[in-house]
Amino acid sequence: MADVLERVTKIIVDRLGVDESQVTLEASFKDDLGADSLDIVELVMELEDEFNMEISDEEAEKIVTVGDAVNYIKSRL
Amino acid sequence: MLEGKIALVTGASRGIGRAVALELARQGANVIVNYAGSEAKANEVVETIRSLGREAFAVQADVASAADVERMVKAALDSFGRLDILVNNAGITRDNLLMRMKEEEWDAVINTNLKGVFLCTKAVARPMMKQRYGRIVNIASVVGVIGNPGQANYVAAKAGVIGLTKTAARELASRHITVNAVAPGFITTDMTEALSAEQKETMRNQIPLARFGEPDDVARVVAFLASDAAGYMTGQTLHVDGGMVMP
Repeated sequence: MADVLERVTKIIVDRLGVDESQVTLEASFKDDLGADSLDIVELVMELEDEFNMEISDEEAEKIVTVGDAVNYIKSRL
Repeated sequence: MLEGKIALVTGASRGIGRAVALELARQGANVIVNYAGSEAKANEVVETIRSLGREAFAVQADVASAADVERMVKAALDSFGRLDILVNNAGITRDNLLMRMKEEEWDAVINTNLKGVFLCTKAVARPMMKQRYGRIVNIASVVGVIGNPGQANYVAAKAGVIGLTKTAARELASRHITVNAVAPGFITTDMTEALSAEQKETMRNQIPLARFGEPDDVARVVAFLASDAAGYMTGQTLHVDGGMVMP
């Protein structure tokens, strides 16, 4: 399961250009990682590709922190 | 100018859309030819594009249907693997005086001419964002700027397209996707053939260049906006109307 966090972290680091150490489960995409709303849309798109799943707009809106993303993905695997 | 680019043109079986599809192909693009009902005419456009040495295929889709639009964009991506250019051209008219306009007439035109642009733009934004490249050109109309009696639905939709163009331009600019509009004036197509001789004469008198436009007049400007030559333009509406409207 650590694998999910690893893969999510890599995407976040690549996309947002943040340091890996900043990507904690509690980190908010917007407040802590400097993502704007379009960055979050893109992150969700990349997570969909990485994990081969569809994330609905309603579900995507609930993803605020890194932990939210990891938990959502785990719940769908 | 468009060598190897992949373009999707909605409403490409006739009129301005047909001219746009052919012009993009002449400039080197491969083209997905969308049509709603005119299958035979769409196939003719496809054949003409192939005779120019470009790839093309036709896709039936009602742009007012999200499911149809998603199927169309998927077909384009499945075939070509990317999508560089979207031309939102599909449009209809249901003219009537405001006082006599039926709700169905209003809805039909808004759904195809405005909602259709939203749905197609939304559907292509995803692949274009990933590519970090995209050119979206919306066909508006000068009447969307100045109004026109008997066309409340059409004018509202076209004015809406101009606003949508500006917003999409702002939202997508950071991903190197440009969104512009072309506002044709009086262009000789099936749509304008329906007007009476008197109406045409009145229109002609308002055109400084003193002639009606041809679909190719519009198509060349669309091709420019779809090219890298227009890379520093976004959110703009270019009038192609013989000088009829000078905003």
